[in-house]
Amino acid sequence: MKCSKCKGRASIELRRHHVAYCKPDYLEFFDNQVERAIHKQRMFKPDDRIMVGVSGGKDSLTLWDFLLRMEYDVTALHIHLGIGEYSNHSHSTTVKFAEERGAPLITVDLAEQYGMGVPELSQAIRRVPCSGCGLSKRYILNKEAYDRNFTVVAMGHNLDDEAATLMGNVLHWEMGALARQSPSLPTNREKLIKRVKPLYTVTEREVAANAILRGIEYVEEECPNSVGARSIMYKNALDQIETQSPGTKHAFFSIFLDRIRPVMEAAQEDFELRECDICGQATTGAVCAFCRMWENAHRKATENPRRVHQGKESQEPSVEDLPVQP
Amino acid sequence: MKVIIRNPRRRELEVEGSRRVDALIKELDLNPEQVLVIRDDDLLTRDVMIRNDDTVEIVSAISGGTQ
Repeated sequence: MKCSKCKGRASIELRRHHVAYCKPDYLEFFDNQVERAIHKQRMFKPDDRIMVGVSGGKDSLTLWDFLLRMEYDVTALHIHLGIGEYSNHSHSTTVKFAEERGAPLITVDLAEQYGMGVPELSQAIRRVPCSGCGLSKRYILNKEAYDRNFTVVAMGHNLDDEAATLMGNVLHWEMGALARQSPSLPTNREKLIKRVKPLYTVTEREVAANAILRGIEYVEEECPNSVGARSIMYKNALDQIETQSPGTKHAFFSIFLDRIRPVMEAAQEDFELRECDICGQATTGAVCAFCRMWENAHRKATENPRRVHQGKESQEPSVEDLPVQP
Repeated sequence: MKVIIRNPRRRELEVEGSRRVDALIKELDLNPEQVLVIRDDDLLTRDVMIRNDDTVEIVSAISGGTQ
């Protein structure tokens, strides 16, 4: 197969675009796709201070790599979730990436700062680990960005992530979630930082190809708690369709964004936000969901200390602010 | 040929004879939308012939749940 641009040997075929590219032309195409998405959704400008959430996986490291190469003002935030060897490997991979590029990285250790890692939190509140993990990651990213005067939070969600989430929301008619699902959520509300997903137009396979061709070392292993996750079921179903009808995932999500979401967003009732009585972050009730969850977890741990093995005492997050190379 | 599958757990298998990338993916019952095939640090398109003495790696591109 030949490169659609230079007619050299192609490295990757993109059936949904009816093209194939050699390595250099693919990497240029990928960057153009991401840059176009940033501009189309007005995600951020060169003078914005961007905090990128980095797990150590291919998506977040690809996004961080892109933002660094394009010379955006970007700092990464990694949350050590305390999920055994998986979290240790994720952390060391992220630190290695930062050190090799002289890129600023902040690490928040969940057990050190909040008293428990994800496994202990899950035990204490008797809910699946993903529940407390997802809420904690969203909250901490926003809080750290706000406290450190960042203007945008960027995350590495790709087209497959967004299409799978959309499929789940549609199958269960989650009207509120559908109205909020967007690659760029601007905020005019104090303490809620703008949240963007610059990789939302590129597929997971395209992100993986970019990471491999650029030599980005990423964590391939999956979170042990993700076994049997619904998201992978939706991704498999969508990829079955995509194989027979290339471009379906993109059409599914982009038509939703262009035609459906605006209608749903307009139909949503506005709600008042106030400051959480405990942490001061934005919430609709007296105490935010994050503080309610952690209060509950610590209460349960105190009532039944043998059942819940707590982590270290709360303390300030460890900060590994590495200097940016000139 | 030697085939190393990283999905994400690593396993190795021997496949007898030469065949195209798309034939190998089909034989292994993998979805072509969810994998990348690597030989000598470069990606292979579906029409490339893999020789019997080649070593290829097949990398899963999908995350969000272990298969």
